[in-house]
Amino acid sequence: MSLDKETVKNIAFLARIKTPEEELDHLAKELSNILGWVEQLGEVDTEGVDPMTGAAGAALPRRLDVVNDGGDRESVLANAPERDGGFFAVPKVIE
Amino acid sequence: MTSALNHLTIAEAGEGLAKGDFTSEELTAACLKAMDAQRQLNAFITETPELALKRAKASDTRRAKGQALGAMDGIPVAVKDLFCTEGVLTTAASHILDGFVPTYESTVSANLRDAGAVMLGKTNMDEFAMGSSNETSYYGPVLSPWKGKDGKDLAPGGSSGGSAAAVAARLCLGAAGTDTGGSIRQPASFCGVVGLKPTYGRCSRWGTVAFASSLDQAGPLTRTVLDAAIMLQAMAGHDPKDSTSAPLDAPDFSKAPGAGVKGLRVGIPKEYRVDGMAGEIEDLWKKGAQWLKQAGAEIIGVSLPHSKYALPAYYIVAPAEASANLARYDGVRYGLRVEGDSLDDMYMNTRGQGFGKEVRRRVLIGAYVLSAGFYDAYYAKAQKTRTLIARDFERAFESVDVLLTPTAPSAAFAIGEKMDDPIAMYLNDVFTVPASMAGLPGISVPAGLNGDGLPLGLQLIAKAFDEETLLSAAQALETAAGFEGKADAF
Repeated sequence: MSLDKETVKNIAFLARIKTPEEELDHLAKELSNILGWVEQLGEVDTEGVDPMTGAAGAALPRRLDVVNDGGDRESVLANAPERDGGFFAVPKVIE
Repeated sequence: MTSALNHLTIAEAGEGLAKGDFTSEELTAACLKAMDAQRQLNAFITETPELALKRAKASDTRRAKGQALGAMDGIPVAVKDLFCTEGVLTTAASHILDGFVPTYESTVSANLRDAGAVMLGKTNMDEFAMGSSNETSYYGPVLSPWKGKDGKDLAPGGSSGGSAAAVAARLCLGAAGTDTGGSIRQPASFCGVVGLKPTYGRCSRWGTVAFASSLDQAGPLTRTVLDAAIMLQAMAGHDPKDSTSAPLDAPDFSKAPGAGVKGLRVGIPKEYRVDGMAGEIEDLWKKGAQWLKQAGAEIIGVSLPHSKYALPAYYIVAPAEASANLARYDGVRYGLRVEGDSLDDMYMNTRGQGFGKEVRRRVLIGAYVLSAGFYDAYYAKAQKTRTLIARDFERAFESVDVLLTPTAPSAAFAIGEKMDDPIAMYLNDVFTVPASMAGLPGISVPAGLNGDGLPLGLQLIAKAFDEETLLSAAQALETAAGFEGKADAF
């Protein structure tokens, strides 16, 4: 799979990573190389094989549905780049 | 005496503390002095001398009252800067976590603290643990305490490069690292120390900055196999806060190194004899098998037919998980924010400037392989291949108890040598990634020096939750190898 500049631009937008126009060609080449290399997986016969989604035991543990944490607003907000009272502050999103 | 205290192993220091030969404060001071003298290695991102001395004194006070906590009480250790530490800057070696001071402690570092270990500081690493040379750190590369024959600066390996360098340079007695595809074992091999990646689920991931959640696992880097057992004991254990943490009590790992290997069946996977591997690594591998045989083990050839597909499958699975995990760095809740005209603009600017080159590369690969229309061709294919890799190991472990392989296809390379070729860099992990994909425990033991006088490690891989066999076999290797290689300046 060879990626073109436009595709890379679109992925970078989807990943919300600003990428300077002049880096796109080089990045497209680099990513194409990596994808070309991983495509050797095409040789593997995976017909009827289940995907392995993790390395841990299959069953997730359960716990009682009780409140066991929370109510710690100051701690949650302690590292906010910008806050307004008890809230995280972001650029205006609604006109 | 005091100046040499930082050269002691954890086991030796534990004895000395118990006998009252010296205090934890003296031991800690010796490490802090060594850190000071070796700052050019850039092994630490943040040093915490005041906190260390406070914890050392507290340890001494406990001991004086007859309330010492165990083998790690008063032992100075370094902690990779991927573990969140309460009140101490935690960066994951990324610009995007600028100024992040967690209000909580990761389970692994809390376990070490609660066992009485003294944290000296947070070690340098590849950004978000993505790298095999410690060169992707926003805080600059770590230098290996070993030097090339021509005097060139060498990479310590990665991503736990700062942890490995700190142990090798005797700046600490042990260090906590993390391993996703080889990030404990490969730097251990490069720096001539022991590095143990436990079974997935043995150590809690809670409070550890996530890279690839189905692979990430914490483990110790130490100077001896016994020390790895002692330190793992303190780090491991079930944690309800991590749903993938195994609900098992850790056995007494410190007994395992002394158990011997009589009758142990050691598998040699033929697929690990890869093209282009240095002859001296192949020779060392054979020597390792010979050592185990002489110690009473039986050597058996085995096959892991899907080995060559582990690395490409990993480079789909790990970036996919990383792209999801790293979505949280948005400039809103912590770390760097780069302003923009709109919310989207702010996200794009923050992530564009906050992530380094290799992290951007992996997030983009991850986003691509997960995107509509490509998911089945890449991500699902890689997960199915992962099943086949895990099955290979299951079959091999029907006839053997442990596998012996080289840790890395080469000794340490020079800083800058592989930075322009991502795939060449990824190939460093060709021997460590398969066990990671299967969730199995692995250990790298320093086994000899190459022609240039640089350390080479051998890797052992065991069944899930059989770290004890891993440690027994590792001890046999360590004893036979008699590795006394010391980095140049030490």
